[in-house]
Amino acid sequence: MHSALLAIDLFFVIEKLVLIVGIVTMSLVIAMYETYAERKVAAFIQDRRGPNRAGPFGLLQPLADGLKLFMKEEIIPNTSNRFLFILGPCLAMLAAMMTSAVIPWGGKLNVMGREVNLQIADINIGILYVFGVVSMGVYGIMIGGWASNNKFSLMAALRGASQVISYELPMGLSLIALLMLTGSLKMSEIVAQQIDSWWNVVYQPLGFFIFLVCAFAECNRTPFDLPEAENELNFGYHQEYSSMKLGFYLFAEYINMFISSVIMATLFFGGYDIPFFNDAAHADWGNWLVALQAVSLLGKVALFIFLFMWVRWTIPRFRYDQLMNLGWKGLIPLSLINMIVTAAIVLLKANHWKF
Amino acid sequence: MQALTNRAKAVDRKPMTLVEKLYVWNIFKGMMITLRHLFKKKATISYPEQKRPFSPVFRGLHILNRDEEGRERCTACGLCALACPAEAITMEAAERLPGEENKYREEKYAAKYEINMLRCIFCGLCEEACPKDAVYLSETFAPSNYQRKGFIYGKDDLLIPNPKDNPGEYWKAVGNRKANKEQGN
Repeated sequence: MHSALLAIDLFFVIEKLVLIVGIVTMSLVIAMYETYAERKVAAFIQDRRGPNRAGPFGLLQPLADGLKLFMKEEIIPNTSNRFLFILGPCLAMLAAMMTSAVIPWGGKLNVMGREVNLQIADINIGILYVFGVVSMGVYGIMIGGWASNNKFSLMAALRGASQVISYELPMGLSLIALLMLTGSLKMSEIVAQQIDSWWNVVYQPLGFFIFLVCAFAECNRTPFDLPEAENELNFGYHQEYSSMKLGFYLFAEYINMFISSVIMATLFFGGYDIPFFNDAAHADWGNWLVALQAVSLLGKVALFIFLFMWVRWTIPRFRYDQLMNLGWKGLIPLSLINMIVTAAIVLLKANHWKF
Repeated sequence: MQALTNRAKAVDRKPMTLVEKLYVWNIFKGMMITLRHLFKKKATISYPEQKRPFSPVFRGLHILNRDEEGRERCTACGLCALACPAEAITMEAAERLPGEENKYREEKYAAKYEINMLRCIFCGLCEEACPKDAVYLSETFAPSNYQRKGFIYGKDDLLIPNPKDNPGEYWKAVGNRKANKEQGN
């Protein structure tokens, strides 16, 4: 009994706890400033200035917004299902935060003689885990919309569910093609392969494109933001929500956006690989190199987040039938073709280019 | 029917071509347009720091004028109240006592002079009616207030600062409008 207790590495527990707290805080702060960035990007695209009053350049605006949400009266409708009504935003937030557990944020840090991996859990089914958790996110929308006991919310929840399920299929299929190339589901392994050779986007441009479109749909971002189509459904699934429960839904969307950007960067754009730079040759930089790698990953993520916003303020929303058409008749056949062609090439290569 | 502009386009119901069906090219074109706007000059004027210049004929809040020696010009003739289409101006006259020559220019002056800024339509007829150049409209526009009675401006609100005691404040209150007008005349 005692030996078993002693076998638990206390440092390991502390290390992981620090990592979890750090990464959760980072995602929250980044999500906070995404709301600021969104408003700024929207303003600049529309020839305006955006928030610039709270603090220098309006940098304290997210704090003011958060404070406002906290101060609002919290209303739970009489006819709603109370338990589910509260569960909805919690689930949305939980699913959004959990995905970050398997993402490698950088190489191995050296802290007081210990190797610290900048990844909470390096499990060998990394991508499957991400998919599982991401598809759980739709429960937040569904439960929230249903528990509100409001036909607009229910309609939005229905739309959200069908949309996410439809777009998960091409996403998974485009990923299969990628996995055939990497031969591993482990996130750190996929990144390591990309550091040694080209980034996966070079081999899988079509796969990346399909993944990108599906990521937009999974995050419920324009042009696929049907669950919160203001002009059709008032406010969509969070119509009855107020105060911080509404804030949780809005926040979950931004965290989702951050996480899907991270996943795209990790799977297709070399993760924490620094572009045009030989990481292995500068191993003597130690922790600075790891920090640089993390910064490089965040830089890629920032570009993706900008892309998300740029698209949002450019493209109008799809109609529901157009959305389903694009998903089932456009993206799924395309990703199937991509998969088959990739499979054929992988087979040919294994056979030394002989039929 | 003749189009109003040369930008009108007839409705096109042709089936979409392959390129259009792919959306991608058109989306790309749209995104380039928004990218251009990202770097355009902003039309916004950051208001409290930066102010849009008023037009030379702008009519704002009233000012009761003084002459160069700091004496009130108003003689309480009541022509402005008569001219006012909104009946926003009321006044009470009083006689100048000996020893008050440095305060009031004429023998008669306005002991009370009130303008109801809620009734005023800022037409400027009072300014035109005034024979003594005593009332004119400035470039300040009506500020907000919590109570209706706060909008009834008395003499202490309307009177311009004394140019002898406080020349800086005086010239600030005179503003561009008066100066422009005098230049034009």
